[in-house]
Amino acid sequence: MQKITKEQLTEKAVSLLRDGTVTHVLGWSAGEFDYDITPAVFSDEASLRKSFVWNDFCGANFSKYLVSKTRGIEGKLLVFLKPCDTYSFNQLLTEHRFDREKVYAIGIPCEGMADIDKVKAICGDGISSVNCDGEKLLVQSIYEDAPISVSPSDVLAERCVNCKSKKHVAYDELMGEDGDVLDSARFDEVSRIEAMSPDERFLFWQNELSRCIRCNACRDACPACTCEVCVFNNPRSGVENKSPANNFEEQMFHIIRAFHVAGRCTDCGECSRVCPQNIPLHLLNRKFIKEMNECYGEYQAGETVGSKSPLTDYTLEDLEPGEVFDRGDINA
Amino acid sequence: MQRIGVFVCWCGSNIAGTVDVAAVADALKNEPGVVFSTDYQYMCSQAGQDLIVSSVKEYSLTGLVICSCSPRMHEVTFRKTAAAAGLNPYMVEIANIREQCSWVHKEMPIGTEKAIILGKAAVAKVNLNAPLTPGESPVTKRALVIGGGIAGIQTALDIADAGFPVDIVEKKPTIGGKMAQLDKTFPTLDCAACILTPKMVDVAQHENVRIFSYSEVTDVKGFIGNFDVTIKKNARYVNEDICTGCGDCVTKCPQKKVPNEFNLGMDNRSAIYIPFAQAVPKVATIDPAHCTMLKTGKCGVCSKVCKAKAIDYTQKDEYITEKYGAIVVATGFDPISMDKFDEFAYSQSPDVITSLEFERLTNAAGPTAGKLLRPSDGEHPQKIVFVQCVGSRCDSCSEKGKEYCSKICCMYTAKHAMLTRDKYPDTEVYVFYIDVRTPGKNFDEFYRRAVEEYGVHYIKGMVGKVTPEGKKLMVRASDLLDGKQLNIDADLVVLAAAIEPDKSARSLATMLTASMDTNDFFTEAHPKLRPVESPTAGVFLSGTCQGPKDIPETVSQAGAAAAKVIGLLAKDKLKGNPCVASSDELMCNGCSSCEKVCPYGAITYEDKEFRMPDRTTRIRRVASVNPAVCQGCGCCTVACPSGAMDLRGFMNEQIMAEVDAICK
Repeated sequence: MQKITKEQLTEKAVSLLRDGTVTHVLGWSAGEFDYDITPAVFSDEASLRKSFVWNDFCGANFSKYLVSKTRGIEGKLLVFLKPCDTYSFNQLLTEHRFDREKVYAIGIPCEGMADIDKVKAICGDGISSVNCDGEKLLVQSIYEDAPISVSPSDVLAERCVNCKSKKHVAYDELMGEDGDVLDSARFDEVSRIEAMSPDERFLFWQNELSRCIRCNACRDACPACTCEVCVFNNPRSGVENKSPANNFEEQMFHIIRAFHVAGRCTDCGECSRVCPQNIPLHLLNRKFIKEMNECYGEYQAGETVGSKSPLTDYTLEDLEPGEVFDRGDINA
Repeated sequence: MQRIGVFVCWCGSNIAGTVDVAAVADALKNEPGVVFSTDYQYMCSQAGQDLIVSSVKEYSLTGLVICSCSPRMHEVTFRKTAAAAGLNPYMVEIANIREQCSWVHKEMPIGTEKAIILGKAAVAKVNLNAPLTPGESPVTKRALVIGGGIAGIQTALDIADAGFPVDIVEKKPTIGGKMAQLDKTFPTLDCAACILTPKMVDVAQHENVRIFSYSEVTDVKGFIGNFDVTIKKNARYVNEDICTGCGDCVTKCPQKKVPNEFNLGMDNRSAIYIPFAQAVPKVATIDPAHCTMLKTGKCGVCSKVCKAKAIDYTQKDEYITEKYGAIVVATGFDPISMDKFDEFAYSQSPDVITSLEFERLTNAAGPTAGKLLRPSDGEHPQKIVFVQCVGSRCDSCSEKGKEYCSKICCMYTAKHAMLTRDKYPDTEVYVFYIDVRTPGKNFDEFYRRAVEEYGVHYIKGMVGKVTPEGKKLMVRASDLLDGKQLNIDADLVVLAAAIEPDKSARSLATMLTASMDTNDFFTEAHPKLRPVESPTAGVFLSGTCQGPKDIPETVSQAGAAAAKVIGLLAKDKLKGNPCVASSDELMCNGCSSCEKVCPYGAITYEDKEFRMPDRTTRIRRVASVNPAVCQGCGCCTVACPSGAMDLRGFMNEQIMAEVDAICK
């Protein structure tokens, strides 16, 4: 259950539109279902009041949208950022991917978002509506007469269970209270996979990645994937729009992508959220983050604007390549 | 389509001994684009090069693959050959079938198979080669010498005499290095100070030389002809320009209990000090770790007695950035620490000393004013044992010492033994050795004099243990020639400690991107043919930073390094490397990844207007590479997330083609 309400956000957006601080508002609007929320740009009060949505399913990280939505507009775009979104926001600024001057960022608190698959696991299919009574989620199914009451903490998305930070690292204005960087257990699952034998680990990933249908949703939602021309769309790269000859090639797609975003991934978890096949893609990125932390000291991409990732920064104290190579034995 | 000629070199038996060269030439005939393929005994010889030139004409070749030694060796040679044949020099690819093939394999079938694969990769690459033209870059006509010992001084003097400005950076308060600490020098026994100090004065007074003493290099950017170097001048809390070196402050300083590093801690100096009387520059330096004024704010004696008003307690470290065309590394050596050699009781008895400490004990300017006295009780030692190879020529698996021979110990030990017997004929002198190595001009004669004329007891064998017993040091050793165990009750034991490169060398090598061997000695570009150049263009090596050397060798190498520097600085322009990076603006995100990793600062960004498919325009930030500054290292191409950055001569496509050819 979110502490800040839809009404507060709507009023804020309306007042900023009215006083001319912003000309557009990047927000959420309803999709086909209550849990199927879609990002939308509003430019007038009426549509805001009619369609703006804020609930436990507003997981989308808006930072990436700023790259395209700030283009071609006069004036400023209002964006609401949850704490985890602000890290992507900073990372994109570091990479000069949008014009900071065109954005008015409001940091909003987040109590964690719900994972619809966890809701379905409790309530079954056929969900027709999800409402909130202030404490609990009331899930109405077409097969039931009365709504089922679900505690939000039981259906919290994995990335929110292991939330790394309630602290906003970027904003023009803050609504509600700012939190702290949390001591999350987000690397526990990575450690578990590291502890597997190479064969077990290969099987684990083969099992997960074999479900990939190459829909590219992970790439399209990823705030680190904002290339003008993605290598997977580039005829010169030799891998453009290639249909897989076998499922090993799908694995390479995800591994190449993990390499491409290494050092820039803020661990926002969008890749796993949008994956229709529920592949835990965020674990690949977390493995990279964990490796970098262990080899070069703690680094959080997007914590500040302009920071250099350990992979593009060189200091005399860096590990020698041989020492990094020897670490391979630990994980063998 | 290219018309490619393949030329397989035998390199005498170097390659042909383990690679069936005819089979390689035959197999590569069928590769795409290849129209001619042959082998020859010495491809780099005149006849071999003529064969290439005539084949280019006869078969209208557009690209060449030379299967031979490492491109480090002869790429330049074959590029010239290509140019002589009317081809663009960058249409040549070398398949290294010697260092990376014939020399590492023993069996002909394996060597041949690998040589064919390497050849195929090179053919695949040449198919995608394009002609390249190098640009030019100017040369900054000033040299930097890092280290102010005899090597650095000699190099600087030679460069300066040729008319080019030189800066010396020395981390100690004075130049002079290790040689300034020595007493006499082998094999002629002239005194080190008499031959070194005039050179120190020469270099200090030379109009083309600037000396940054008590300073260090903290950052190096740029490339041959155009280095940008940051030098940190450590605060010495004394204004160098005003200080007259009168020494009043040194005498009056109340803090006199600081171990004197110049005498290796065998006596004390004051907190404000001049390392030795002939120091250059002869100015005082305050040691902030021991100065009462700097530590507590109470004292100020030196400031009160200084007539020149040179003391400045508020002085801060100063950073200077300067441009250089060439850099000479002359960082020298240190004796290794004796911590791991407990069997010699170095830490237990003050009468077990290293050879460098012995030098100070016999030096007229040393702690005993040149009288050989035992550090423990100031008495004259009657029996001295010299131990050779302490930490030199150690087993490769031993953690204690070095595998290499430190080269100078045999000779200076002979010198020490001889001088001791000469001055104190009543002293018994023993030298324990593994071998006595004297391959230098007048060296063996010198050693034989020590044995034959001066009656030094040379005993082949190692000392097993030194035990302090009362005022004596019991030395247990073996005499291998007599097959006896010896017990000697010595008064003084002198350890010929191995030498190792100065500790600052490693970080400096990283800054200079110069390579080092496993012992942290700088590596030469070629051990025989380019012994004073590092593999990094524009970086030269002088003295013991490259390997153990005595003074005559150091001075000759210093002169050789200077000659190379002069040759470089005499040029007005350098031909650049056309293999530089460039960015595909249509794919560039302007994300700055490339800029962050570029070691040369070659990448800048500009906002450019692009026409979009829908006839609108959009302004985007894109990277642009300055080809005059880019050195073609390729860091940017791997950092670029979108693949917009590519390296001419090493295009991603070319490298992937090579990988494909190898994996086929």
